[in-house]
Amino acid sequence: MSFNINEYYSKVSQGDVLLAYKGSITSELINEVLEAVEEKLEKVNESGKTRKKLYNVLVESLQNLYHHIEETHEGIDEDLDPKFAVLIIERDNEDYKVITGNFIRNTKIGFLKEKIDKINSMTKDELKDMYKFILNHQKISAKGGGGLGLVDIARKTGKDMTYEFYNYNNDYSFFNLTIDV
Amino acid sequence: MEALMIEGTQKTPTVEFEPTKGVLEIKGRSIPENSIEFYKPIVDWLEEYSGSPAAKTVVNVHLEYFNTSSSKCILDVFKKLESLHKSSNDVQINWYYEEDDEDMLEAGEDYESIIRVPFKMIEIVD
Repeated sequence: MSFNINEYYSKVSQGDVLLAYKGSITSELINEVLEAVEEKLEKVNESGKTRKKLYNVLVESLQNLYHHIEETHEGIDEDLDPKFAVLIIERDNEDYKVITGNFIRNTKIGFLKEKIDKINSMTKDELKDMYKFILNHQKISAKGGGGLGLVDIARKTGKDMTYEFYNYNNDYSFFNLTIDV
Repeated sequence: MEALMIEGTQKTPTVEFEPTKGVLEIKGRSIPENSIEFYKPIVDWLEEYSGSPAAKTVVNVHLEYFNTSSSKCILDVFKKLESLHKSSNDVQINWYYEEDDEDMLEAGEDYESIIRVPFKMIEIVD
C-alpha cells in the first residue's frame, strides 16, 4: 500500500495533542508555534526545566525543517504547500513527544539514517565531544548550524530518536522523526 | 567609536556595547534562522574595537535560549575576544545562567574549554 499523507496525519495526531500542524514551514510559522507552546506550558505550570528542553528541541526541529526540506515537491502527486512538513507535539504521561514529518529524496535516506543511528549509539560524553568538534571545526553555512541540530537535541534529551521512512515513489519517501523530551 | 545598540526581538538578543567602558552585554534569546546576518555587525564592531580597546573588556552573556546556528556565531564573537586577550589585553567573559539550567551551564563550559579567555560562570538565583 502506498503512503497517504492524510492517513499518516490522522494516525500521528491521535495522542494527547498539544499542537498539530501541517503546511509550510516559514519563519513566521516558527514564531507562532513557539509562542503558542510557551503559552500552553505556562498555563499547565510545567517545570522550567522541561519547558526549556521542549523549547530547545522545538527550535532545533523546526529550523532543521526550515533549512533542509525541499522547496517544491516535483513528482509528488499531492496538493502540497511549498516547504511542506508535519509537526505534532503531544503529551506522553509526564513527558512530551515531538514528531516531525517531511518528504525527502530517496538519495538522502542513507546519509540521514547513518547520522541518526550514530548519534543514538553515542554516550553523553561522546555527544559532547562531537558537538564541540563540529562547533569548532566546521564552517557555518547559510543553511544554519552545519549539522549541530540533531546532536544538540540528543544531548538535551538524553534519549534515542526514532525514525521511519515510508516509501512514496521512485524519487521520494516520507521521513518521520519522533523525539522524546 | 560609537556605542553599539541592538534592540532585542522575539528571536534575537539585546546587544549593548559601550566602547569607552569596555562592556559588552548580550541578553535575551538568540534563535534566528539566519544568525550570520545578526552576528556579523557585532563581529565587525569588535574587530574595530580591538584597534583601541578599553583598559579592561568585560563581556556579559546572559542568554535564555540559543540555537545551534547562533552557537557558531557566538564562538566567532569569543574568538575575536580571544585574539584581543592574546595581544595582552585584559578580557573577561561572564556567562550567566538561570538556577537549575544545567544545559546553559554546560554550554558555557563548552565555550570555556575551547576559548582561551578567563570565564566566570554566574548562576542567577530568583
